[in-house]
Amino acid sequence: MLPRLEPRSGVSAAMMLLTPAIAVGLTLIAGVIMFAALGFDPGRALYTFFVKPVSTLYGVSELLVKATPLAIIGIGLALGFRANVWNIGAEGQFTLGAICGGGVALALHGVESWLVLPAMAVAGILGGLAWGAIPALLRVRFNANEILTSLMLTYVATLLLSYLVHGPWRDPDGLNFPESRMFEDSALLPVILDETRLSIAAPITLLIVLAGWLVLSRAFLGFQIKVVGQSPAAASYAGFSEKRLIWTTLCVSGALAGLAGMFEVSGPIGQLHPVVSPGYGFTAIIVAFLGRLHPVGVLFASLLIALSYLGGELAQIELKLPLALTGVFQGMLLFFLLGTDVLIRYRVRFGRRGAQIALPQGG
Amino acid sequence: MASDDAAARLALTDICKTFPGVVANDAVSLTLGPGEIHALLGENGAGKSTLVKIVYGVLRADSGEMRWNGQPVQVASPAQARRLGIGMVFQHFSLFDSLTVAENIALGFDEKVPMRDLTARIGEVSAHYGLALDPGRHVHTLSVGERQRVEIVRCLLQNPSLLIMDEPTSVLTPQEADRLFETLRQLASEGVTVLYISHKLEEIRALCEAATVLRGGKVVATCDPRTETARSLAQMMIGGELATPVRSGADEAGSERLTVRSLSLESEHPFGTPIRDVSLSVRAGEILGIAGVAGNGQPELLAALSGETLCPQADSILLDGQPVGRLGPRARRARGVCVVPEERLGQGTVPEMTLSENGFLSAYLRSGMLRQGLLQLRAMSRFASDIIEAYSVMTPGPATAAGSLSGGNLQKFIIGREILQNPDILIAAHPTWGVDAGAAAAIQQALLDLAKAGAAVLVISQDLDELFAISDRLAVICEGRLSASRPTKDTTVEQAGLLMGGMFDEAGEIIETHAA
Amino acid sequence: MDTAAAVIVSMMAAATPLLYAALGELVTEKSGVLNLGVEGMMITGAVTAFATATITGSSAIGIVAGAAAAMALSLIFAVLTLSLVANQVATGLALTIFGIGLSALIGQGYVGTPLDALPKLDIPGISDIAFVGPVVFGHDFLIYFSFVMVGVVAWFLYKTRAGLVLRAVGESHDAAHAIGYPVIGIRYLAVAFGGAMAGVGGAYLSVAYTPMWIENMTAGRGWIALALVVFATWRPGRVLLGAYLFGGVTILQLHGQGFGLGIASQILSMLPYLATILVLVLISSDRALIRLNAPADIGKIFRPAS
Repeated sequence: MLPRLEPRSGVSAAMMLLTPAIAVGLTLIAGVIMFAALGFDPGRALYTFFVKPVSTLYGVSELLVKATPLAIIGIGLALGFRANVWNIGAEGQFTLGAICGGGVALALHGVESWLVLPAMAVAGILGGLAWGAIPALLRVRFNANEILTSLMLTYVATLLLSYLVHGPWRDPDGLNFPESRMFEDSALLPVILDETRLSIAAPITLLIVLAGWLVLSRAFLGFQIKVVGQSPAAASYAGFSEKRLIWTTLCVSGALAGLAGMFEVSGPIGQLHPVVSPGYGFTAIIVAFLGRLHPVGVLFASLLIALSYLGGELAQIELKLPLALTGVFQGMLLFFLLGTDVLIRYRVRFGRRGAQIALPQGG
Repeated sequence: MASDDAAARLALTDICKTFPGVVANDAVSLTLGPGEIHALLGENGAGKSTLVKIVYGVLRADSGEMRWNGQPVQVASPAQARRLGIGMVFQHFSLFDSLTVAENIALGFDEKVPMRDLTARIGEVSAHYGLALDPGRHVHTLSVGERQRVEIVRCLLQNPSLLIMDEPTSVLTPQEADRLFETLRQLASEGVTVLYISHKLEEIRALCEAATVLRGGKVVATCDPRTETARSLAQMMIGGELATPVRSGADEAGSERLTVRSLSLESEHPFGTPIRDVSLSVRAGEILGIAGVAGNGQPELLAALSGETLCPQADSILLDGQPVGRLGPRARRARGVCVVPEERLGQGTVPEMTLSENGFLSAYLRSGMLRQGLLQLRAMSRFASDIIEAYSVMTPGPATAAGSLSGGNLQKFIIGREILQNPDILIAAHPTWGVDAGAAAAIQQALLDLAKAGAAVLVISQDLDELFAISDRLAVICEGRLSASRPTKDTTVEQAGLLMGGMFDEAGEIIETHAA
Repeated sequence: MDTAAAVIVSMMAAATPLLYAALGELVTEKSGVLNLGVEGMMITGAVTAFATATITGSSAIGIVAGAAAAMALSLIFAVLTLSLVANQVATGLALTIFGIGLSALIGQGYVGTPLDALPKLDIPGISDIAFVGPVVFGHDFLIYFSFVMVGVVAWFLYKTRAGLVLRAVGESHDAAHAIGYPVIGIRYLAVAFGGAMAGVGGAYLSVAYTPMWIENMTAGRGWIALALVVFATWRPGRVLLGAYLFGGVTILQLHGQGFGLGIASQILSMLPYLATILVLVLISSDRALIRLNAPADIGKIFRPAS
């Protein structure tokens, strides 16, 4: 008997919360199988991947360091995704934030003022915002698909950063390495926990989560976003401008990604590299979905995904496992989540396909 | 009974079908003879469509027996139904806009037919039944009536011995409907059985020789409609007395509230209808009805009136003499315009949102529900409760999702939401479309009361009976043009039918042809 | 070989992976499904083809394996979006993320391994004719096969009954279902075909274009292929045109670097991506053109009442 799907009368709130847990469980099971297939002791591998990284205070602080950009970007993306605005170029907006924030730091080299950091933050936000505004303009004005344009701009941003650190912004005393000079102390985020890289970016993230939650649950803007995403015709009927919402969500998500990029270079990295992100902008897409496009959910999801980054790094060192495993885990997690999400709207029924017309009994 | 069934073309016995939460068919039995035109009568949601979809193999019954020419059969798919000789013309057309007529018809065959043969056969059938068609045209360029012809020809090419027609006249003018009846009678005389689904009583009396009445998924009566009155058929269908809306005596209309002057507008949809040189006015205290067959520019006109589509010139639309053509829906709402849209779900409401949120959807400018950009949840809930109470909406409460309400209840909620905003001007599209008779009467009464209280009301509807029942003046839209309006009491159904067929001149007056 | 011929030959090689992937995606989209996972399927095809070719010593087996692997990936997408009604945009993105990770995992042992390039057609005498020889007769079989596929896809979509049914399903799945066509089954096949073609496109990169394995070697070509389908307004012949246009831009960019125009290589490398944006903007701004040609039900979830 094939299982079949039967629509529920409404959305199951319980399943909304349960499916991420189911998806994580299935991912772990798939992980066991994968590790076994690769010839590793699954128990030890899973322990190395998911437990050991957070067994020390430093490990926990690193988890927060990695979760910070994921959460900040993820909240912006969640707002957009809810409005059916598919910004998948957050990686590029993150990079532009790093370039602009970093550019200010380099331009103000030698300036000792508390104003350097705010100036960098503003520059980073504006850089990301500009990079998000381009797909918005192209979509609103020229009807061009924002998925493709925002993604193409990611490649452009990455190449731009590479050009800058190979050329004009290369550290003059840096032995020709493609890196900028190190930022001065005034351009570095204050660390809030000694002996770690945990900076004030972490508490700021919490404020952003709070703001995102307020916007989605109570603000008129959040209401409009939800309506345009669920029923575009209803939004048009109500007089909510789809164009304005495209502008708003792309600019906000771009600005947040830009801020995250600036935090990254003025925090954990401390200078500009040719590559400033291990794919945070793309991974934040998973974070947004895993967090149910809800700011608080995004916060928890960012911690989980950050763990997969740390685990991947540790597994590479200790077990000589390829770093690419992280991507495989993240992709699988999203697959399982999308697959189990069907339970939110449908229930699975086994048994007779409630369908056949009974044959008359012979004789 | 058994011998009867043996001779029958189609015999259904005790067909049952349950959807989650609804019993759509409850032990339905039905027998159709060769050459019979049989009506399946019932309100929306009575289970008519479900039953014929089972016969046609789109749905499968949970239990029950189906016999075809005396033999028990299981129809697993529409393809199998067609092989048996069952054809169906759908209510919502199963046509493909971007394909040609010939391609659409080819898709109705299970085997490959060379295009040249197909074109020839289309020509034959078209000529034989008087259904003119151009095989090379793209479907999106056809009128609604022509599209139905494509569907019918597609069925007839398969030489069906049973033809199922699901609400075919809802998209036709009265004159087009008469021509369709001629075709159906010709088919019946050639031995084809016709199963005719409708809730329109007069046409069933005119066309059918037997009727099965469904209510709540059950057969409640079988009769010969030619010997019944429309009233008695209605009582079988509804299971009670039909309430008729009470009209106010006052005929004195007040000042002009809404004026449209020579509005022309391209459609935003590639397959839509452009609006051409439309003028109208609605005064305080009156109801203007706009009749017309579906697909003649009603959505485009509605969007222009509500502000969803902006007009090229601001003075194309005036509210109390002020030009508003360049203002969006929000600004027009602020000036007292409320709108009941065409689609209940997905346009008039967001299905997954609660009634509180859906009340807020169009009324956010009123009742203190929005302060400093923040939603006032308590005020929202109160407003939704007020609607539920004032319009007897059957629902557990304001926290219920809109999508879980029945069509009639949701429509009452939407009408209530707009009327409770005390509009100066109410524009309502198809206010009782797909709503059961009880809810329809309540909605029509609410519109009459609103006009009596001094509002200007504009109703766009395909239901001529409804417009004759409630409107003071009547105009007709056809291919994006609007006729001049005339007092409803001086207009006959035939005149309305001529207008619906586009028989009006530049000034919008009827072109009287030779007597019909 | 003179310079002009060399430019044209390399342009054709650069265009071919795009052509395969875009043709496959075109068929998928014509059936009403938007699979954004082309990049992930291409890269998986590339690494599988490379690894298989290295192990078996046969490029042909490698290409078949690449197509099969990408098709397997596309079937994951099909199960999620068609059977489990998951959002097509999100699932396509997941496919790309997963594919890039998986390919890096498979390919870690193959970085730096050499592989013989796919042999080129070489007819003694004819291939040596100036210009015409190399331009017409100097390619590997996948380039010729790509032309065949353009013809086959165009013929299938517009001249066969199956193609008509596929277009009908993409135009209105409800109508197709009502007449009795198996919407989901047809879409499964269309998605699988798109996957296989993306796999061949990826395989071309790793066994013919640059016969080696480099992580992320598709470098956004899957996304460009998606843009090409829009550029082509869902017509096979125009996909060919678009792919060659992009092949041209890519080669222009490479030669620009070679000639030393004094422009940094990174800036020149931006060209294909900027060109994609430009092309998208030019085509998409004609809204009527898009609406008339795009399959009407693309990306919509189909769930029949049962």
